[in-house]
Amino acid sequence: MKEPVVNFDLASQHGLNEEEYNKIIEILGRVPTFTELGIYSVMWSEHCSYKNSIKVLKTLPRSGGRLLVGAGEENAGLVDIGDGYAIAFKIESHNHPSAVEPYQGAATGVGGILRDIFTMGARPIACLNSLRFGTLDDARTRYLFDGVVRGIGDYGNCFGVPTVAGEVYFDECYKGNPLVNAMAVGIVKVGQTVSATAEGEGNPVMIVGSSTGRDGIHGATFASEEISEKSEAKRPSVQVGDPFTEKLLLEATLEIIKEELVVGIQDMGAAGISCSTSEMSAKGKAGMRIDLDKVPLRESDMSAYEIMLSESQERMLVIAKNGKEGRIKEIFEKWDLHCEIIGTVTNEEKLDIKHRGEMKASLAPFYLVLGGGAPVYTRETKAPAYLEEIRKFTNKDIPVPENLAETLVRVFSSHNIVSKKWVYEQYDSMVRTNTVVGPGSDAAVIRIKGTNKALALKTDCNSRYVYLNPRAGGRIAVAESARNIVCSGGVPLAITNCLNFGNPYKPEIYWQFTEAVAGMGEACRAFDTPVTGGNVSFYNESPDAAVYPTPVIGMLGLIEDLNHITTSHFKNEGDFIYILGEDNEELGGSEYVKVVLGKTAGDAPELDTGKEKQLHNATLNLIRAGLINSAHDISEGGIFTALAECCITGERLIGADATISYKTRADLSLLSETQSRIIISVSESNKEKAEELLKRSGIHYSLAGRTGGNRLSINGDLSFDTGNLRAAYYNTIGEVMAHK
Amino acid sequence: MKKPVIGVVVFPGSNCDHDAYHVFKHILGEDTRFLWHKERLTKGYDIIILPGGFSYGDYLRTGAIARFSPIMEDVMAFAEKGGVVMGICNGFQILTESGLLPGVLVRNQSLRFVCKDTFLKITNYDSAFTSGIREKQVLRIPVAHGDGSYFAPPDVLAEIEGNNQVVFRYSDESGNITADSNPNGSLGNIAGIINKRGNVLGMMPHPERCSDNTLGNDSGIDIFKSLIKNLM
Repeated sequence: MKEPVVNFDLASQHGLNEEEYNKIIEILGRVPTFTELGIYSVMWSEHCSYKNSIKVLKTLPRSGGRLLVGAGEENAGLVDIGDGYAIAFKIESHNHPSAVEPYQGAATGVGGILRDIFTMGARPIACLNSLRFGTLDDARTRYLFDGVVRGIGDYGNCFGVPTVAGEVYFDECYKGNPLVNAMAVGIVKVGQTVSATAEGEGNPVMIVGSSTGRDGIHGATFASEEISEKSEAKRPSVQVGDPFTEKLLLEATLEIIKEELVVGIQDMGAAGISCSTSEMSAKGKAGMRIDLDKVPLRESDMSAYEIMLSESQERMLVIAKNGKEGRIKEIFEKWDLHCEIIGTVTNEEKLDIKHRGEMKASLAPFYLVLGGGAPVYTRETKAPAYLEEIRKFTNKDIPVPENLAETLVRVFSSHNIVSKKWVYEQYDSMVRTNTVVGPGSDAAVIRIKGTNKALALKTDCNSRYVYLNPRAGGRIAVAESARNIVCSGGVPLAITNCLNFGNPYKPEIYWQFTEAVAGMGEACRAFDTPVTGGNVSFYNESPDAAVYPTPVIGMLGLIEDLNHITTSHFKNEGDFIYILGEDNEELGGSEYVKVVLGKTAGDAPELDTGKEKQLHNATLNLIRAGLINSAHDISEGGIFTALAECCITGERLIGADATISYKTRADLSLLSETQSRIIISVSESNKEKAEELLKRSGIHYSLAGRTGGNRLSINGDLSFDTGNLRAAYYNTIGEVMAHK
Repeated sequence: MKKPVIGVVVFPGSNCDHDAYHVFKHILGEDTRFLWHKERLTKGYDIIILPGGFSYGDYLRTGAIARFSPIMEDVMAFAEKGGVVMGICNGFQILTESGLLPGVLVRNQSLRFVCKDTFLKITNYDSAFTSGIREKQVLRIPVAHGDGSYFAPPDVLAEIEGNNQVVFRYSDESGNITADSNPNGSLGNIAGIINKRGNVLGMMPHPERCSDNTLGNDSGIDIFKSLIKNLM
C-alpha cells in the first residue's frame, strides 16, 4: 500500500487543527510520517488527551480520604476499605459507538471498563451503568435501547460479573445521541496491584489476548466529534466485543500478576498499541523498540498505520520481568490466548516502531501523552441564552390538576420513574454470589467474602437539573448518589465520574461544563468523597442539538457491618413513617412539569451541602443503632413516588396511611423534588429512641403516618390500590418494548 | 466413613465455578477441589459439579464444545459407574450435549436472557438430590440464562415423565405449575431432571446462588445437603 503524503490537509482529516499540526512538526523537527501522524492524531484527540477538560478536572478534589491512588495516575481509582482489601472502580462512556451500533457499542463499553479494572490486578465484582435515550415512542430509540441492553447483558453475563445497579432516563435531547456509561468495580489485596508502567532496560514487551484486526481504527477520533448523518459511515470505527476471550484474559492476567511475573500492564482500549506503548513508556520515563511484524494479526496485509491504530478488543500490553516471559507464555497458552513478545523496553525516552524492516515511527512518548506534550486548552465560556427565558418559569405556571389522583398516577407511571425491571432482568445480577441487594433499591449492596463488610454502589445524575443550573445540578448529582449510599447503610467513600457534554468549542457548552464540575467539586469536598478518576465525553451532539449536560456520578460507599444493610421498601405493618428533611415545593426540572407540560423549565432545586451532610449523619446513626426498617431517598416524582415505591417494591405489598402537610398546593407538595429528604420506617418499639436520636441530630423531621393495609392513603382523601401501583410500576416498560 | 471429595470442573468460560466451590468448601466445609478441563479425572472423587457459565463463550451452541473437553470423557465414565454428577445451568447444557441426560436446552421463549428468582416445585423426592428435603414442597431459586428452555421430542418426554425423572418444575409460590411461572418456555415447566439411574442431575436454576444466609435466601443449600447425606 502506498502511503499518502502527509500535509495539513491530511492532518485536518485526522481531526488535528493547524496549530496542533504545526506543533507536531516543531516537536519532531520534521514532517511526521503517515504512521506518526496517525499516532499523534489519536493521542491528541479529545478522548485520549483530555486537552479541553484537564485544567477544569484538576479543580476537583482528587486525593485524600481512603484513596490509595490519585485520579489519573492509573487505569482506575483505588480505595482502601480495610481488612487488607482495596477497591478499584471507574466509569467510562461509550456513547458514540452505541449511537451507530448499539449492541457492539455497549458491549465493548463494558469490556473496556472491565479491562481497566483487572489490568490493575483487581478481580471485577460488579458492573453498573447509566443510560440515556430519546423517548420510547420513537422506533429508532426502542431499537437503540434494546440493543444497548442486550449488549451490556451479553458481555457482562458471559464474562461473569454481576450487573447490580444502574439508571435509565428518557428525554428528547438524547434522541440522536444516546449516552451509554459503564462502570466496573473490582477487589484486590492492598499491595498486590500492578501499575501501567514500562521500566527496566531489556524487559520484554508482550502483546496478549486477541489478535489485531482492522476494527475500531480511529475510534478515539470518532468519539471526539459530533454525531452527524455521516456517522453511519463510521460503523467500521466501532469495535466488536468477545466476552469469552475477555474472561480468559482476566484469568490469565490475574495469574501472571499473582506469580509476580510483570513490571506493568495496560489495557488496549482507545488508540490500541499507540496509546499503551506511549503511555506506559511516558509513565516509566523509558522507551520501547517495537517490531510490528510480531503482532498476531487477523488480516495479513495490515499496514503499520493500521496496526498502531487498531482498537481490536480484548488485548493488553504486558511488560514482563526479564526472564519471566517463558512462564507468562505458559499461562497464556493454558488459557488458549495469544502471547507474543513484540519488543523491548529501552532506557532512551523514545518509541521506535518498525514494520517489515522499515522504521515507521520514532517518537518521544512524553510529547504524545496527557501531562506531557499533549495540548492543554482553556476554552471560552459564556452563560447560555436559554437560561434567562427558562428560569422565568415558576410554580404558578403549573395548572392546578383537575383530577389530582389521576395526575399523580400519570407522573408515577412515567418511563423515567417506573421500575427498569425489563432492563435488569436481562442482566445477571447475582453471579459470584455477593449480591445482597440487587437492582431496584436505592443502591446495590455487594458483600465482601471473608469480612463483615459490604460495598454500596450507585450511579446517578439528573441532567434536567444540570441543564437548568449546572452548578446546582452538579452538586445534586453527587448529593443524591451519596444519599442513596446512606439509605443503604453505607458511608460514601469516593466517586468516579463520566462527564457527558456537547462540543467544548461552543462557549455555552464549556460554561455548562465548568459550572457542573464546580458544583460537583463543592459537594465532593463537603461529603469527603474525592474523585478517583473517570472519563470526559464531549461532542455529544446530533444535528438537532446537544444533549443536556450529564455529569454521571458513580459512587462507592462502605457498609462497615452487614447488619447495617438497609433497603428502601416497608417491612412491616404498623411501622411509623417519618420524613427526614423539609419540602420547599421545588418543581423546576421536575418529572411533574415534564409530564404535564412537556418541558424542562424553572430552576434546579436548591442543595445545601451542610444540611445534606447532617441528613446523612442522622440516617446513618439511626441505621447503626438498629432503629429503622427502611430508608428511601425522595427524588424524581417527589414524595408521592417515594411513598408508593416504599409500599410496592418489597416482596409483600404493604400499604400506608400517610399524612403530608401541604405547603401551598397538594399537587406541588406531593410531586416536589426538593432535595435532602428521606423516608424511613420505624417499629413501634423503636419509636421513642428514634425520635430522641432525630431530635439530637438537628435535622427537620416529621411523623407522616403508619404502614399497613393494602392501600396507599394520603391525608384521607387520596387512596390508591397498591396492587395497581405495582402493576404500573413493573410492567410499563416491558409492555412498551413488547411492541418493539 | 471418609468425607466426600467434591470436584468442580473449570471450563474456559465457566463463571459459577467459584460460587459452587464456595458453597461446598466454605458453607458446608467439604473437601472441594477445582478440576481443570484439560486434565483427566483422578480417582477419589465422590461428586462432580459442572458449574454454570458460558463455556467456550456459548459459541456454536451452549455446551457443545465443552462436551469435548478431555475431562468429559472421564466424567462420562464416572457417571456410568454410578458416580454423582450435578450440572447447573451451563452444566445442565453440557450434560444434555454429552448424552448423560436426555433432551436439550434451547433459546428462551422470550429470546432474552433472564435473571430472576423462580419457584421450583419438587416433583420427585426419591432422588439423592431431594430425598433429604421431604418437608419442603417449593424452593425459591434464581435462574440466569439465555438458553434454558427444556425441549425433548414427545417419545423422550413421555419416557422421562414415565420414569419420574423430572425433579423440579417451575411453579408459583404455592407450587401450582402455571404458564406464568415458566421463565423460559420449558416443556412441562421442567427445570431439572435426573437420568434413569438417578445419579446425574441437571438443572437450570442456580441453588449455589441461594445457599448463604447473608444473601437473604438459603433454600438452595438443602439440595447440596441432601446429596451429601445420601453419600454418607
